[in-house]
Formats: sequence, C-alpha cells, structure tokens
Amino acid sequence: MYDLIVIGGGPAGLAAACKAYADGLRSILVIERDKELGGILNQCIHNGFGLHYFKEELTGPEYAQRFVTMLGETSAKVLLDTMVLDFTPDREVHILNKIDGYQILQAKSIVLSMGCRERTRGAVMIPGQRPSGVFTAGTAQRYVNMEGYMVGRRIVILGSGDIGLIMARRMSLEGARVLACIELMPYSTGLNRNIVQCLHDYNIPLYLSHTIVDIKGDARVEQVVVAKVDENRTPIQGAEFSLDCDTILLSVGLIAENELTRQAGIEIDSRTNGAIVFENMETSRSGVFACGNVVHVHDLVDFVTAEGERAGRAAARHAKGETAKDGTVFELQADNGVTYVVPQKLRVDTPGKYVDVAFRTNKVSENSNIRVWSGRKPIACYHREYLAPGEMQRIALPLKLLEKAEGSVIKVSIEEAEDQ
Amino acid sequence: MYDVAIVGCGIVGAAAAWELSQYRLAVAILERENDVAVGTTKANSAIIHAGYDPKPHTKMAVLNIEGVHLAKELCQRLDVPYRQCGSLVVAFSPDEIPILQELCERGKINGVQDLQLLDRQQLHQVEPNLSESAEGALYAPTAAIVSPWEYALALAETAVQNGVNLFLNSEVISIRKEEEGFCLTIPGGEIRARTILNAAGVCADIVHNLIASPAYRIQPSRGEYYLLDKAEGSRAQHVIFQCPVPEGKGVLVSPTVHGNLIVGPNSQNVNIAQGTATTRSGLEFVMKQAQKSLPSIEFGQSIRNFAGIRANTEIDDFIIEEAADTPGFFDLAGIKSPGLTAAPAIAKLVVRMLREKGLVMEEKEHIVNTRKRIRFKECGQSQKEALARSNPAYGRMICRCESITEGEILDTLHTPIPPVSLDGVKRRCGAGMGRCQGGFCGPRVLEIIARENKCSPCQVLQEKAGTYILTGSTKGSIN
Repeated sequence: MYDLIVIGGGPAGLAAACKAYADGLRSILVIERDKELGGILNQCIHNGFGLHYFKEELTGPEYAQRFVTMLGETSAKVLLDTMVLDFTPDREVHILNKIDGYQILQAKSIVLSMGCRERTRGAVMIPGQRPSGVFTAGTAQRYVNMEGYMVGRRIVILGSGDIGLIMARRMSLEGARVLACIELMPYSTGLNRNIVQCLHDYNIPLYLSHTIVDIKGDARVEQVVVAKVDENRTPIQGAEFSLDCDTILLSVGLIAENELTRQAGIEIDSRTNGAIVFENMETSRSGVFACGNVVHVHDLVDFVTAEGERAGRAAARHAKGETAKDGTVFELQADNGVTYVVPQKLRVDTPGKYVDVAFRTNKVSENSNIRVWSGRKPIACYHREYLAPGEMQRIALPLKLLEKAEGSVIKVSIEEAEDQ
Repeated sequence: MYDVAIVGCGIVGAAAAWELSQYRLAVAILERENDVAVGTTKANSAIIHAGYDPKPHTKMAVLNIEGVHLAKELCQRLDVPYRQCGSLVVAFSPDEIPILQELCERGKINGVQDLQLLDRQQLHQVEPNLSESAEGALYAPTAAIVSPWEYALALAETAVQNGVNLFLNSEVISIRKEEEGFCLTIPGGEIRARTILNAAGVCADIVHNLIASPAYRIQPSRGEYYLLDKAEGSRAQHVIFQCPVPEGKGVLVSPTVHGNLIVGPNSQNVNIAQGTATTRSGLEFVMKQAQKSLPSIEFGQSIRNFAGIRANTEIDDFIIEEAADTPGFFDLAGIKSPGLTAAPAIAKLVVRMLREKGLVMEEKEHIVNTRKRIRFKECGQSQKEALARSNPAYGRMICRCESITEGEILDTLHTPIPPVSLDGVKRRCGAGMGRCQGGFCGPRVLEIIARENKCSPCQVLQEKAGTYILTGSTKGSIN
C-alpha cells in the first residue's frame, strides 16, 4: 500500500510528489509512461522556464532536472515506461510495463498529472488532400529536439499557440524556411514574448484573422492556400493566396488528457475538459487530486509547479487521515468575459488565508477590472492594464472576503475600467 | 504462367484471391500501391448492407443478399471486427413513409430477412437521439458494421498463406495477348497469366481498355466523411440512413466497430486525381444533413475527415462478365455500394464463371481458413497478465489513445503482408487511430518500423510511395 501514487511524471506530478514528501509522506510512487521523468519539458530545449518559481531563466530540461534531482533525494519510487490502464474508486491502480507486466497497486491518495495532448488536423477540420508533412507542433518538436530529425524544409505554421511559435524559431535555427504563421483569431493565443522572440526576430510574418482553406499535395505537402476570414471566422472568397511548402505545423490548441479521469467517473468541467476541482485540487472523488495541464492548460510551467505542490500537500493530508471537513462549499463560476475558472469549488474551511483562482478571458482588453461577485454584490476587484486569452490570469482571493458572501455561488467577471 | 492474375487488391480482389486460394491454382495479385486495401476499401461507410436497396433481380441485389451471410461467417472465421447492429432508414416527414413501405417490399422480394416497419414511438425507443421530426423507419436487423480494411487484409493475408503471390508496387502498365493467355507488364517485370480478373476499382476502365475495346466508363464519385471521437460513439445505436435520393443513399450516421461515430458521405463527381481531397463545402453539407437525423452530434469531437471514391458507371449494376472481345479477361467493375457487402459473393460467382469457362478447379487438401490476432485491450485481466509475462513487448503501451502495445505492432510487422508505413501499421492494429491521431505514438511506431525493417527512420513512410515523414538529421548530423 502506497501513501501516494502520482500518475504522470511531468512538472505537475514531480512537484506533487516532492511536496507530499516534504509534508511527511514516505511511501510515494511516481508512474511515468515515457522513458524518463520530466514530461514535455524534455523536448522544450529553449529557455524561459522558471522565472517565477526559481527567479532565474532555465531551459525545459534544466527545470525538470531540478525536480528530478529533488525527487531523487527522497524515498519516492519511480516506475518509467509504465502505463496506468485504470484506477478504481477504492484507489486500486492497474499498471502495465515490460518488467513487471500487469500489476495492481493500492494507494491512500492519488494525484492525476497526465498533462495534455495537441489538437489535430481532424479536430480543426482543414480541408484538402491528405499528404504526409502535416504535424502537430509538439510532435515535430519531439522529432527535432529529442530524436534528432528534421521534419521539413519549407514550413507553414497554423495557429499561434506557444509551441507553434517556439517551433517557428527552432526550425529557422535548423536552417528551414518558415514562410508564415497563420492565426484564425484577430489576436495571438501565444505569449507576447514568444511573438517577439520567435516571429519578429526572425522576420516571420504573422497573419492574424487568416486560416488555411486548402492543403495540396498527392504524396507530400506541396502547397497551402491561405484566406483571410471575416468576423465570424468564415474565409472570405477572393482573398486567398498560396504558399509553396513541404510541411505544415499545427499549433491549434491543447486538450487535457482525461481518459483515466473519465473512466473513473470523476466529474469533468465541460469548459476546461479537466476534472472539477476544489481549492486544494481534490476532484469529485475523495482522495483523488489533479494538477497541471490535465486540469486546465497552462502557459507557464511555474504555475503548473505551484498547482502540483498544492495537490501534493492536500494528497499528503488525505493520506495521513486529515481529510477535508464538510463545511460551506462555494461554487466558482465564469461570468462576463471569462471562459473558465479553476478551482470550480471552494471549501471555506481550508488551511491558509488566500485561495489561488486561475481563469482565462475571452478577448484582448486594456485597462480592465476583474470583479468577484457574490450574487449582485462585488466582493473583490483587481485592476489589470492588459488582458488576453493567451495569458492565464490569476488572483489570490482572501478567504476572509467569503465571510461576507451570500448564497453559494461566486462569479468572476471582466469589465472595462472607467477612465481616471 | 499463372492460372489467374487479379489486378487490384481492394476488398473485391482480396475476396477473389481468398476464394481462388482454396483450389490448386497458380494465382497472382498485382497491386499498384505499397499495401492492400488502400483505395475505396479504406474510405467508405464500413457497412454490410441488409439488401433492400438494389433493384430486384440485379446482380447487386442477388450478391448483396448472399454477401450478408458470407460476411458474417468470414469475419468470425478470420477475426475481423464485425457487429450486427442493424440499420434504420428513417422518414423525416409523413410524405416519406411510403418510401419506407416501398423499400420494405423491395427488400422482401430481394430476400432480406426480418425487415420491420417501426412507428414513431418504437423508433424513438430504439434510437433515442434521433431528431423529433423522425416519423418512422424501416428496421433491418441483418445490417452490420465491419472494419473494411481489416476485412480485405484478412482475406488477402489468408490467400497469401495459401500460396497466392501478391505483387505490391505493381501497377499494370500494359497487357498483351499471347498464344496461351496474357502478358501483363509491371514496373521491372512481366507476369503471364491465362486469365485476368480486373478488380482495379476506380481504375477498372483504364485496365479494361489496355486490352479490350471500351465497354464502360467509371465516373468516380467522391464521398466525404467525418470520424468522431469515441465520446460520440454511442450517439447512434444503429446505422441510420435517410430516405434514398437519386445521388445515393444519402448521408448516414453510424457507430463503427472501433467505437467511433462515422458521418457521411455526400456525393460529387470528380476526377481521380482530386478524388480523396476533402472540401469545406462538402464537409459543411455532410454536417448539415447529418444534423437532420441526429441534431445532437458534437462535431467538435471530430478526429479525422476523409474522402473516398465510388466506382460509379453508367450501368446501374455491377459489371461482372467476360469482356466481349477478349476471352479470358473478366471485369469485376463498377463495384460501388453495396460492393463491400457483396465482395465474397462476387468471388464465389467468379469461381463459377471460371469453372464454366473450363478452368479446372480442384480443391486443396489443406488450406488456412482461420486467422487470429492479439488485441490486448480486449483481453481480460488474467489474459493481459499472461500476455505481458509471455512477451514483455505486450507490457509496453505505445498508442495511448487506442491502448495498442508494442507487441501488437511487432505482430503486424510479421504478418503475411507486412506493412511498410505508419498507416499500414494503423490499419493492422489500430495504433494512431485514436483522438491524438498518432501525435504521441507516431514517432515510436516509426522507430519500431525502422528498427525491425533495418532501415533509416527517414525511409519510413506515412502511407504510399513519396509520403516521407522525416527529411534528414538535424544539423546534418549522423544519427
């Protein structure tokens, strides 16, 4: 019997395991399906990681290694190249690997940290022929950075998500020609710093409000047809141009990987596609916690780590029998201008003075206020100079404010601030 | 000298090969592509039609009915995913009810068993997500869904095990008549055969015209589809048709044997070169039509779009006959829907025709007529334990979405027709068929193919010749 089994050894799972150890658990198992710990960080060989958490700039593998080293100094056990097939309500975890075969393990607490996967061509329904040379940006990144192979020479990138932007620079550095980055929305969904450092610095044009309307090529990609779109995201006829290329990289969004979560019957939020969680990252199943991109897709690993630590701390408490008390539970909801909120549930009787609330907005806005509502009564307000859907917003909500709350629903909304 | 050369290894060619492989005959299959089942066979609705649709007494009608029974038995024997889920033709207004009655009558003449007309209430009970406007339906319990490419693969693999020679990458360039039969030129060689079966699908007219005088013309007709995530797989319980229109059977919604939902097709005449491209307008049309049947389909769950081509001809029937001016050259042409269903019956008909023409058919004493492959995810817990113990490769999960192990991928590479591409592996074991479409497992499968075939990863293909994936090493390094 393990105190804690962590499913997924990326940054979220590593942070959870380290924190649970720091909080006194000794019998911890981290299960990773890849050949090594670190998750997607291992293929993110660019820098920019750790500015918040370590106050210094690291590469992805360096960031991961700090936690791998930290974990190595604990008594936690690691199983690599191991797949979790299933886990049951009484926290039996069914695993499979080459060495132990099929095994069933038992845990007091479980942390889910399986990360996310990329949306594909089929998900965004790009018409045209189906030649080879269409990759999701992350798959291309794996080939280039981990396997040491090039995926093409003349590249068009669809979507301005962060991985796509990073790959624009990466492919340029490898001698490929990146012809364009095409974004359906009137704004980029990636971080501003990546637009500057990965596109502008390499003279790669960014076409906002454009999309790929046709892919040509019988065997390998030969050409894409790009069109401007109107405000309903419908391509405008007659406004097409074509680019001769051999490769298309897709950076069109990430989806939390919740097959196990769903299989276990845990409640899922249709907005995040991740588990509905309490302020301590506990899911609708007692003793099962979730953190990182499997809950909602993050921009920065530093915040994934913070969330992992929160889950690890709560999982440790649960394993030690200090289960959450049944007190008042508030529901957090996304309101005007907000697409989702995590956590979705909040117990008032929780340790600490603040609750971290993360959310995203649905459009770019300047000089705005984030308001927290209890019924019709605003209980908190946070000013922001700039908001964009590509950048996750976080507020630290003082628990004390909830004493004044009415009813059981708390809403978060965005409104333009009045000029001062 | 072969007794029979089959041109094309889709479902029709594969079924003919399997049927002929039971006799003491020298049989060759000439396939243009680097794998079997990669034309119309891999891109269609994947349905075993009950048989109420074709006009009575046509070849289509007779072979459809016979095919339903043969398919059921063959799929079981050759371990091909098959599920008899039944089909519904739905009337969406009272005006369409007479069409159902007509289809029902036609079905009875054709010999379809257990047809039943459902009223509104019965219909909504068996298919709860149907549109409110559904007024009634024709229920055909014998209709089924199948994995079409695995069906063709199973037939072709078994035929090969029984001694049939399969030549891949062997497009027939020319055919000439010789004293004792035909000589077929393929890239880098010649094949001689007494008899030719033309099962070249959408290219059948081209192959026909290489030796015989033109008798028909194939008009390729494109059908576009959506494949939806397994989360949508239970949206439909049956194959759901709308009332037929002149262009075909209309847009259908159906579960697949792999647990997904398939939606399509439209129908548009095209040339072969553009045949399998999808279009925005086509996909939009399919979506709109399908929502008429099931308004609640979540198209946001789409994981793949594709298009297939029907081999339509001006004749409203299959063309299964000896070419008038070329004895020994047999067309199995114009095999549009219900061709997948009829294929094994077409094969039996061909054997009868060849026998009548004097080909001596002696049954072999021993033939392989079963096939079995390991499907890890469908095994029970103890079986899984035993598999992983017996061969550690079954303990390594490669495809997360579809739960396909390294052992199953290695198995495909050692089948009688080993795959040479990622898609070839996918068709044989399902790796890469899931919601991430090979995003995670693609690089691993590529590595396994390169390792097992002792080739460079840069030589591994996505699908047909020319569909390379990697273009070289980074920084020109030696990898």
